[in-house]
Amino acid sequence: MVDRRHLLALIPIPFLVLAQAELLASVLSGGSGFLLLCLVIGLRVLAWWVHRAMAHRAAERTRLRLREAFLRSPGTKAGEVATLVTRGVHDVTPYVVGYLPQQILAVAVPLAVVIRLAFADLTAALTISLTLPLIPIFGALVGAHTRERTARQWAALATLGGHFLDVVKGIGTLRAFGRAEAQSTTVRKLAAQHMTETMSALRVAFLSAFVLELVATMSVAMVAVPIGLRLLDGGVPLFTALLVLFLAPEAFLPLRAAGAQYHASAQGREVLAKVPTYTETTGTRPPDLAGAEIVLDNVSVRSLKNFSLTIKPGDRIALVGPSGAGKSTVLGLLLGFVQPDDGRVLVGGVDLREIDRKAWLEALSWVPQRPTLVPANLSSGEQQRVALAKALDRQQAGLFLLDEPTAHLDADTEALVLQATRDFTRGRTAVIVAHRPTLLNEVDRVVTV
Amino acid sequence: MKLAILVGTLAELAGVGLTATATWLIMRAAEHPPMQALTVAIVAVRTLALAKGALRYLERLTSHKAVLSEAVELRGRVYDDLANRRHIPSGTALTRIVTNVDQHLDTKLRVTLPWITAALVSGAVAVFSIPLAIGLLINVVLLPWLAIRKPEDLTPLRAKLTEQTTELVHSKEELVAYGLFDEKLAHATKTAKTLSRKERIRDLTPLAIAVQFGAALLMLAQHEPAWLIMAAIATFEITIPLATMTKPTPETTDETEPSYTPESPELQGRSAIVGPSGIGKTTLLNAIAGRLEPSKGALADAHVFHTTVRTNVLLAKPDATQEELDRAARITELDLDWDQVVGERGEEISGGQRQRLILTRSVLANPEVLLMDEPTEGLDPEQADRVLKKILDNCQGTALVVTHREEQLALFDHVHHRGPIRDEHVGRVG
Repeated sequence: MVDRRHLLALIPIPFLVLAQAELLASVLSGGSGFLLLCLVIGLRVLAWWVHRAMAHRAAERTRLRLREAFLRSPGTKAGEVATLVTRGVHDVTPYVVGYLPQQILAVAVPLAVVIRLAFADLTAALTISLTLPLIPIFGALVGAHTRERTARQWAALATLGGHFLDVVKGIGTLRAFGRAEAQSTTVRKLAAQHMTETMSALRVAFLSAFVLELVATMSVAMVAVPIGLRLLDGGVPLFTALLVLFLAPEAFLPLRAAGAQYHASAQGREVLAKVPTYTETTGTRPPDLAGAEIVLDNVSVRSLKNFSLTIKPGDRIALVGPSGAGKSTVLGLLLGFVQPDDGRVLVGGVDLREIDRKAWLEALSWVPQRPTLVPANLSSGEQQRVALAKALDRQQAGLFLLDEPTAHLDADTEALVLQATRDFTRGRTAVIVAHRPTLLNEVDRVVTV
Repeated sequence: MKLAILVGTLAELAGVGLTATATWLIMRAAEHPPMQALTVAIVAVRTLALAKGALRYLERLTSHKAVLSEAVELRGRVYDDLANRRHIPSGTALTRIVTNVDQHLDTKLRVTLPWITAALVSGAVAVFSIPLAIGLLINVVLLPWLAIRKPEDLTPLRAKLTEQTTELVHSKEELVAYGLFDEKLAHATKTAKTLSRKERIRDLTPLAIAVQFGAALLMLAQHEPAWLIMAAIATFEITIPLATMTKPTPETTDETEPSYTPESPELQGRSAIVGPSGIGKTTLLNAIAGRLEPSKGALADAHVFHTTVRTNVLLAKPDATQEELDRAARITELDLDWDQVVGERGEEISGGQRQRLILTRSVLANPEVLLMDEPTEGLDPEQADRVLKKILDNCQGTALVVTHREEQLALFDHVHHRGPIRDEHVGRVG
């Protein structure tokens, strides 16, 4: 899902870091290499430029793939998907552009530095290789010690943070009941509480960054002071002392950057964790509905419990029952949008899950309860009529599914629905979710859900 | 805020100072001076190393604290403003207002504060060398300005993408059923690609690095002291993140207030408004609600807050007793536990339960004018008629109800037919 091609452009970076420190030390200790240093620096800038350009393209490709995956995934809540494909996919950019490259550099650069230092000055190489592992060790210790506490605090924070949006969205209601003024103090009180809670969470969360920073700066001091003293005694040449001084911080820099990127990409990682694993498969061709029996065999899903129904070709069935009983769920099962938790949906003896979804949907004609696939400026009655017209256009459909609207239907539209149902279902198999008694006269059988 | 800037600047200065002192220590040691000449530098290196870590930790805490305290004040102000506006913005505008507040605070923490700190440190270091001063000016002023500036207005393209995405999400099942999904998805992907290409962040990081080392090389060629060159490189390191700064533009929340106010029928007794879809029944109800004093009229189309059922209902009458609550719930047949939390956007309860919760609130409020828009939507017909009858029987003031169910019209004193030609007062039917 995540495009990682841009990471290849990182290969020259560790070598360029070494070369740059080497040449800078040489020039400053009175040696040659100024022009070569200019060249190395030029290459380093070029390498970054290529890498960043590739990284942004990789992020774009990743965003497109994620968007598609989220939009295609079945059975996810519409609200959640809308947030994921608008805000969520953008949150992966810091993960691709910042976090992934730093993860590589945090391993490659320290390794290159320690190897180079081992040849220049063994003491310095040892000091760094002993202090480097302290960072992840301390980090893990701090993390393990505070994990439970932090998790609890973040949960509380999410609730407090959501409160502001909630009262703002409900401002109309609050005003209607004259409660808007009273909430003014609550908003401030909860924001203040949000601040206190966040700060106490952050005091702990920043501890690992603190440890990282401290180990990095202290180890530079631990390397610089002894090498300075040895230089004073004439124990090491100036070139080596400078090389050690320049390379020591380079070993810690990528780790610190990776730590910062880890926090910056937290939301992106959360989004990636939600990527559905679903893949669309092509199944068998659906049986001809003119001769195939459709059976809901002991199906349980949502509010439906052990529901069975046999639909013979040419059957016209009305589903009735109280709201929330699962009438629309039955239509969802027949459409294949709802998968049964338990039991099976069989078409001519074949499990609906094995039937090619596209071909199956082409054999159906469906009027949803709340059609949305029409311009939003139409009123709900007009939307209903447009949806009906579209469904009736499917002359080849073998199964007619109608979810009668519960609300907002005027007498004209209602008459139209009735007439169309009467005409279209003649000689066809039909399953109708009925709320009004008028439609019940048009069917052969009434099933209570 | 000032404290955060001060601590942040000190932390960065400690880092630059550490590099400079350590380099000076090495270069001086190479001259083989007496040991005492290095003592101060050695103490300074160790002190600065400790100070930097501690100051960075403090800086993170103070900056977050400063921004969060601003959040308290800002949220309060935004809320008060909304509470006193004449016209209540739409749901979309309200969400945008909240997003803008969050973005404003985020920008302060991630853009404004780091920039001020980097500028102060740069100012302190720049006095030592001309190439350094020029380089810092580029990295602190020019590049961030180039990164933040937005020449092309991408709002229409963004709006197009949002619209296409919304259709894909909310009409997905219909699109799939009618074989249109892939085509619509391809359209949205094309828009997303165009948008990405246009907004591909001007990532100026390589340029900032070029300036960093270009200045260092110039200083090297001018034989500036080694400690200053290393201090320069360290200072530039602080300025490099500024090259990727982005400042989100706040989304517009302006809306034109509706100028059209439909003529309202006389408010008297129990009235129903009926008529074909799209004739403006809801607009009429909203207009009446807007004209009434708050607390006099309660509109049924209401927000359900992410809290308990009890708190949601008590909103209508905070001092209501348990008996009053139970009585209201009996009238509306609300079958929820009082302490159940309804979930964000009321998603833990069914549509019918949500509707009955809102009705319970209206019953408890017992307003002088009870306004209800399709109050029994989502309830099954039998229950719908029963509940509406009980609510109207309980109502002592005036009630105005938009409905589509002819079976319910007998419950009213007056029925207003709103037709395409004119309003026709039918008179008493009940």
